[in-house]
Amino acid sequence: MGLSGKDLIGLRDITAEEIKLILDTAGPMKEIIARKIKKVPTLRGRTVITVFYEASTRTRTSFELAAKYLSADTVGLAAATSSVSKGESLKDTARNIAAMGADVVVLRHPMSGAAELLARSLNVSVINAGDGAHEHPTQALLDMYTVREKKGRLDGLKVAIIGDILHSRVARSDIWGYTIMGSEVRLAGPSTLIPAGIEKLGVRVCRTVEEAIEGADVVNVLRIQMERQQQGLFPGLREYSRMFGISPERLSLAAPGALVMHPGPINRGVEMSSEVADGLQSVICEQVTNGVAVRMALLYLLIGGSEQK
Amino acid sequence: MAKLKAQLLDQEGIRRSLTRIAHEIIERNKGTDNLALVGIRRRGAPLAERLAGRIREIEGRAVPVGILDITLYRDDLTTLAHQPLVRSTDVPFPVSGRTVVLVDDVIYTGRTIRAALGALIDLGRPQVIQLAVLIDRGHRELPIRADYVGKNVPTSRKEAVSVRLQEIDGEERVVIMELD
Repeated sequence: MGLSGKDLIGLRDITAEEIKLILDTAGPMKEIIARKIKKVPTLRGRTVITVFYEASTRTRTSFELAAKYLSADTVGLAAATSSVSKGESLKDTARNIAAMGADVVVLRHPMSGAAELLARSLNVSVINAGDGAHEHPTQALLDMYTVREKKGRLDGLKVAIIGDILHSRVARSDIWGYTIMGSEVRLAGPSTLIPAGIEKLGVRVCRTVEEAIEGADVVNVLRIQMERQQQGLFPGLREYSRMFGISPERLSLAAPGALVMHPGPINRGVEMSSEVADGLQSVICEQVTNGVAVRMALLYLLIGGSEQK
Repeated sequence: MAKLKAQLLDQEGIRRSLTRIAHEIIERNKGTDNLALVGIRRRGAPLAERLAGRIREIEGRAVPVGILDITLYRDDLTTLAHQPLVRSTDVPFPVSGRTVVLVDDVIYTGRTIRAALGALIDLGRPQVIQLAVLIDRGHRELPIRADYVGKNVPTSRKEAVSVRLQEIDGEERVVIMELD
């Protein structure tokens, strides 16, 4: 029993059995987070390094807490305060880190494919914490964990993903993951921000946000990534909110008890109203707790066992 | 493949052992006040449930039962060929201040119990921890002993003791196997 590779780069090439193993392992991990003493000795003496070339609060903290709850040591490297600012290349930075004895490198990088590049050049495990517009697999895993915990299954559920699909690595990983697990994925967003040919991944592109939400069991709202928008693709905040923002009225089209999800940070009043974000159907805060549990599961599965991988 | 060498206990044997252990637990602790049972996954869990049932029949009082998964506390994770599955720990009562009886099917090297002690103490500070096992097969590698034993069985390291329980294995007996 275990994962097939030394790394987690994306969900594109993962099997349903592997996803199920990660989600099944995250359950017992969540119980540890609820304890008064949030620590088990499993990864004592192992080191996890987080290397972030982009801003992050949730993901980085989540990985570091996950490692600490399992008794691993953690070191954080922020590009702005490291030798990266002196022009050191990603590969050289990583090689040096690995030479210091890290067991896992958690990487966030603005370039798609950065994690894969690193994984190929290092013997230690690499976890992709977001690479450009490519994938953010642990976010999708925590999304699926949250849905499975609430709904009891993923197979056959209708999942609507709303927003800027083009720039969203979360959307990409969610699409792979949910489809592998047998959910039906629908997309809606500004037509300029829906990649051409995305239907080939087995998803349905809807013309309106209403069409996507109708009867959905999960409404997963993406963040508008202003830092990635290019001229002419984005309609403007007010128009976006009117066309695609999730209001209580729009949410009422979904199946009864549908879950509202968001990877954070929320632009309140833009992609969803505060009423929806803080409403009874919102599981946004639970997503954050589950994120720690899922990352604990992943760390255990990647480096908790024998060294002969 | 391991081959069957001998049967140590049959269904009746297991039942009588558990009944005696239940009486001993009550006697040693002068009743059931403050008592709790915690079974170690996997086969300690149904054994703890059964002991709690016996104690209720004898004393007329329910004793809380929990389940401990010790995977994350094992000292041999890096040497195992196959990574063990992590299962849930479910101890739905505070352990602090209680007399907790750990329950497992077989005690051998003592390492499982060492891990279980670590796992239990991370949940709180029990007043007393005792240990009940169905089979003690010897060969301890740590200074650990059981307080309640169903049957002491001298074994060789080339043998394996297999406890088969209805809840997990669909049969009810304890056998000794010869490993090749």
